[in-house]
Amino acid sequence: MIQAFAFYLFAAIVILSGALTVLSRNPVHSVLWLILAFFNAAGLMVLVGAEFIAMLLVIVYVGAVAVLFLFVVMMLDIDFAELRSGFVRYGFFGLLIALVLAGELIIAGGAWSAGAIDIANRTAPVSTDLSNIEAMGALIYSKYLYVFEAAGLVLLVAMIGAIVLTHRERKDVRPQNISDQVKRRPQDAVRNIDQPVGQGVEL
Amino acid sequence: MIGLQHYLVVSAILFVMGVLGIFINRKNIIIILMAIELILLSVNINLVAFSAYLGDLVGQVFAMFVLTVAAGEAAIGLAILVIYFRGRGSIAVDDVNRMKG
Repeated sequence: MIQAFAFYLFAAIVILSGALTVLSRNPVHSVLWLILAFFNAAGLMVLVGAEFIAMLLVIVYVGAVAVLFLFVVMMLDIDFAELRSGFVRYGFFGLLIALVLAGELIIAGGAWSAGAIDIANRTAPVSTDLSNIEAMGALIYSKYLYVFEAAGLVLLVAMIGAIVLTHRERKDVRPQNISDQVKRRPQDAVRNIDQPVGQGVEL
Repeated sequence: MIGLQHYLVVSAILFVMGVLGIFINRKNIIIILMAIELILLSVNINLVAFSAYLGDLVGQVFAMFVLTVAAGEAAIGLAILVIYFRGRGSIAVDDVNRMKG
């Protein structure tokens, strides 16, 4: 009973905040609605016992991706009112496509419930004596180790790509030149003089 | 009792919402990237729901890889957006075809 209530609560909020993400006038509000959608999707995943993915969703999506979006939206000075022109013109076409897609998905769901697909062969059956995180760890560090490392490689390439794309040499600043600093010797920079009394210092 | 069908319906609605978002915000690439994140989220809900109801853990492993790719895609997409804005002072997607040649 409480489970059904929680499901309907999370599902309603995730759908509502998803709609407000794409319909919101202000992109900062869009990002905040997106964060709410991620939190409630994590709740949906906890309900079916996938705690690891739910925590990953909160940490990776809310903690990293959504904050990245928020940074970019706030850093760039963009005229969002101009970008919203054509909302109605594209809206009709988009609604048409969305309705067609929704119909197709419902038909696909009906075909699934008719049950012609053989699901007897399970690759990694869920064991009852391990927790979700333990079972996931046992799977990704043994059977899917290479795929897991490839995922790490994808993240490395994405990080290097983002740095290479956005890094720039600026002409109007004077950065530190470390080799010049290291090469400098005391005899080039310091001299001892016997300063007579009553005369100015020659620089 | 909540069944697999319920999860599939939620995921389908979220997916359609993402597709609609791409169409109605055609000029604003930031919202388009957010709509893509919504689509990937709905795919993840689908994978996790099937994984839980069929008793097979591979769906959750695959959802983790989808999450990885989504994070990388957001980082690269926003980096491209930043350098595009630096060069042109706007992020209107309609102007992108001027980059060709």
